[in-house]
Parts: sequence; structure tokens; C-alpha cells
Amino acid sequence: MAQTLQPAQRRGPVTGTATATSKRRKKFFLLDLYGTAVGKKYVMAITGIAMMGFVLAHMIGNLKMYLGESDLNGYAEFLTRLGYPLAPENAVLWILRAGLIASLALHLHAAYSLTMMNRHARAVKYQSARDYQIANFASRTMRLTGLLVLTFLVWHLLDFTFGPTNTLGEGTFDRKDVYDNVVRSFERVPVSAFYILANLALGVHLYHGAWSIFQSLGWNNPRFNQWRRAFATAFAAIVVVGNVSFPVAVLAGVVG
Amino acid sequence: MSHLSDIKLKIWRQAGPDQQGRFETYLVPSISDEASFLEMLDVLNEQLIHEGREPVVFDHDCREGICGTCSLMIDGQAHGPQRGTATCQLHMRKFQSGAEIVIEPWRASAFPIIKDLMVDRAAFDRIVEAGGFITAETGGAPDANLIPIPKPVADAAMDAAACIGCGACVAACPNGAANLFTAAKVAHLNLLPQGQAERFKRVEAMVETMDEYFGSCTNHGECEAACPKEISIDVIALMHQDYRKAKFQNRKSLSRT
Repeated sequence: MAQTLQPAQRRGPVTGTATATSKRRKKFFLLDLYGTAVGKKYVMAITGIAMMGFVLAHMIGNLKMYLGESDLNGYAEFLTRLGYPLAPENAVLWILRAGLIASLALHLHAAYSLTMMNRHARAVKYQSARDYQIANFASRTMRLTGLLVLTFLVWHLLDFTFGPTNTLGEGTFDRKDVYDNVVRSFERVPVSAFYILANLALGVHLYHGAWSIFQSLGWNNPRFNQWRRAFATAFAAIVVVGNVSFPVAVLAGVVG
Repeated sequence: MSHLSDIKLKIWRQAGPDQQGRFETYLVPSISDEASFLEMLDVLNEQLIHEGREPVVFDHDCREGICGTCSLMIDGQAHGPQRGTATCQLHMRKFQSGAEIVIEPWRASAFPIIKDLMVDRAAFDRIVEAGGFITAETGGAPDANLIPIPKPVADAAMDAAACIGCGACVAACPNGAANLFTAAKVAHLNLLPQGQAERFKRVEAMVETMDEYFGSCTNHGECEAACPKEISIDVIALMHQDYRKAKFQNRKSLSRT
């Protein structure tokens, strides 16, 4: 069980050292930035902000189900015509989707490579129990909650976008009839339970992530530092309360 | 002055860098509560030498919390259960009679074990060599107050400069990251007027050297809790900010060489 010192030397000699000038071709600066852990954390934070914007907007949009069937279905119809008639139908929606898919891919890639880097940084683990002082449940389980949300995302798309798990073989799935799809899905108790669990995981992920953004982006200012934790808590709470209310409302018979 | 009795120590013993290590249990029958933690280990070593056994190797030097040589993971906490102090400033009065204390070396791939509890922290030197200095003209000492520095700035730079380079931040970090150490070294120079000329070159060089040895920061905050000088993770945000600015300035590309 040896801990041996082996610098990776992936990036060649650094500036400011007496080593001879690197003959490497200079990378485009954004790729160069992404090459370091600090740069990858920037990517984690920026893609995180994009996806936070999405979950908040998604939750607010879905509140339409409390206004009734025509409101929710009308809202879904409106999304396909975002920016219409300036842009063709579905165009703006697909631009937003492309941004989200790219954000998710980058978020996952950065998380994976940072995790690998961290494993290498402590090849031999502590052989006795650690006594953590500050690290909380949320910060310690980011990987777990993230994977849970990712699994949920796959199910969620199959349930409401593509349809196979929504009807499970019986009947036909009509994507435009959002209200019916939601009611049909959430009347199944195990589905609602999974939905609630995944949203709690999302909340825990956001509780650390939304705070972490400030550190990763270097947004540190005594003027707002004391509000960072409150912001993350409030953001996570609003998203979780909104999202969890949907299956509860269906099961309680308020919606449907 | 009172005495603690029957302190059970579970200490990591490892004969050399590439050897298999293991925990061994020792008993210190009686120790003054005024003894420091390291003095307790001295007593144990005297006992081991007396019995003709190999004493425990551990790092120590000034024993007053200013040199950064002592280390030790004590009961799962870097520098032990007392906040804002190094292991040498921890005293036995913090423990109870009959306690079992587990002692491990710092664990990080960048800190190879030399022997027992002693690790090689040369990776920190590599980071400082990359940019933790000011290329100053030598000559006569400048007059006092020749360069005006606002008091809050001087205070913030001094808080960062308090880093003694002990490595507790790396040891405590669940990811084995050295962001707090590197950021403290970056901040104490980048906050001051003397550090401005090399500000961006410094942060690029130090961050990229750090990357070759250590893990990444996921903002747990364990480093701040373990730091014997209680350096705030605010300096990490400052380093991230300066690193981004350095990349956008792209000064590396300014010269054609």
C-alpha cells in the first residue's frame, strides 16, 4: 500500500517556471481552461445554472395543472410555438432542448473526470473512520443524488415524452393530452413514490449545488456571502415543494 | 495538575514508502494532562526504546504552531479534535482516561508516506516554486509606507499568509484537493500591490501545478475546519476568479516565444 508521488505531467511545463518553453500547440483558451479542475468546476457551475433555470421554469409551467385541463394542454401547445411567428414552430423549443442536452452532457463529463481525478488523488484511503466537521449529507452524496436524478430523467422522458411507460401497453399515448397523461401516471402509487423520491434527491443536489456555484465561479463578496446558503435552501425548497405537490394532488384527487 | 491513565493508542506503522502498513496498539499507562499530544508520543517512544522496540516516526519541529511540520490524523480529524490549532498545540486534557486514540498519517497520493506517520509534502514546494513568490529587484530596503496599502487589504493578505503549509487541508479534504493551500498562497500575493505584476502568470502556474498532484474542490469546507490557521475558503473563490481572468487575458500568448 504505497502512496507514491507521480505527477501526471499532462499539461507540460507551466508558465513562470524555468523549464524550457513548451513546443505544444497552444489550445483554444476555453479548452485550455476546461483542461484543469478549476475550469471543469466552471463548466459544472454554468451548466448547473442552465439546468436550474430549466427545473424552475418546468415546475412553474406545470403549476398550470391546478387551473385545469385546457390550461395545462394549452401551455404545452404554447411551448411548441415559442417565438412563433418570428421563428418556425418548435424551432425555439429545440434550441432550448439542444442547450439543455449539451449542458447535461458537459455536466456529466466534468463530474466523471473530476471524480476520477479525486480517486487518483487519494489512491490509498484512510484506514480508520473519518470524523467530518463541515461536509454535510448533501455535499457528501452529490454523486448519488445526481445519478438518481439522471435515472429519474430517463423514466420521466419515457413517461411523458415518448409514452411507453405511461400506458404500459394498454391504450394509446397522446403526447398532446398532457393532463390525462399526468393523471394516468400519478394514479399509480409506486410511480408517484419514485417521482417524490427523485425530487427529494434533486432538492438535496440543489441544496449543495446552488451554494457551490458561488465558490466555483469565484463569486465571493462580503456583500452577499451571507445570502448564498439562504438562496440555495430557498431554491431547492421551492422546486421540491412545487414538484412534489403534483403527484400528491393527483393521489388526493385534487387534480384529475 | 492531574494525570490521565491507560491511554490506548492505535497507531499506523509502516516501515517504508513501498511497505505494507498496519495499525498497532500501544498503551500509555500514565500521562500528565498538561502534556502536549506530541509529548505523549515522546513518552511512548521512550517506552518503546526502553523495551528495545522501534520508536514511532512522526513529523514535528517548532512545537508552537508556527512551522507547519507536525501533521497526524487524530480520531479522523486532521490535527485532532481542537479547532484552529496544529497537533503540537493539542493537549492531553482534551482526552479522557482510558480513551482509545487512532493516529494515521495524512493520506494523499501527492503525500507519499516516508515512514510510519511521516509523509513527504514536497508537492507543496512544487506549487510554491511555480509562482508563490515576487520577482523583486533586490537592493536597499524600501522606505516604510512607500507603497500605500489599505488596512483591510493588508489584513486579508495577512490572513491568507498565515498558512504554514502543513497539509491539513489536503488531509481533511474528501477529494484530496489542495485548493485551500494554493489559494492561500495565491491570495496573499495577489491581494497586495507588490503581487500585481505577476498576478495572472502566478495563478495560472500555481493552479496548473496543483492539478498535476491533487484532487479537485467540491466545496465541502472540510479544509477550512481543519486549518490550524482557520483560513477561510473565501480565498478559494478568489483563486477561481483570478484563474478565469488569467485565461481570458491569455497573457501566455502575448509573447511570441
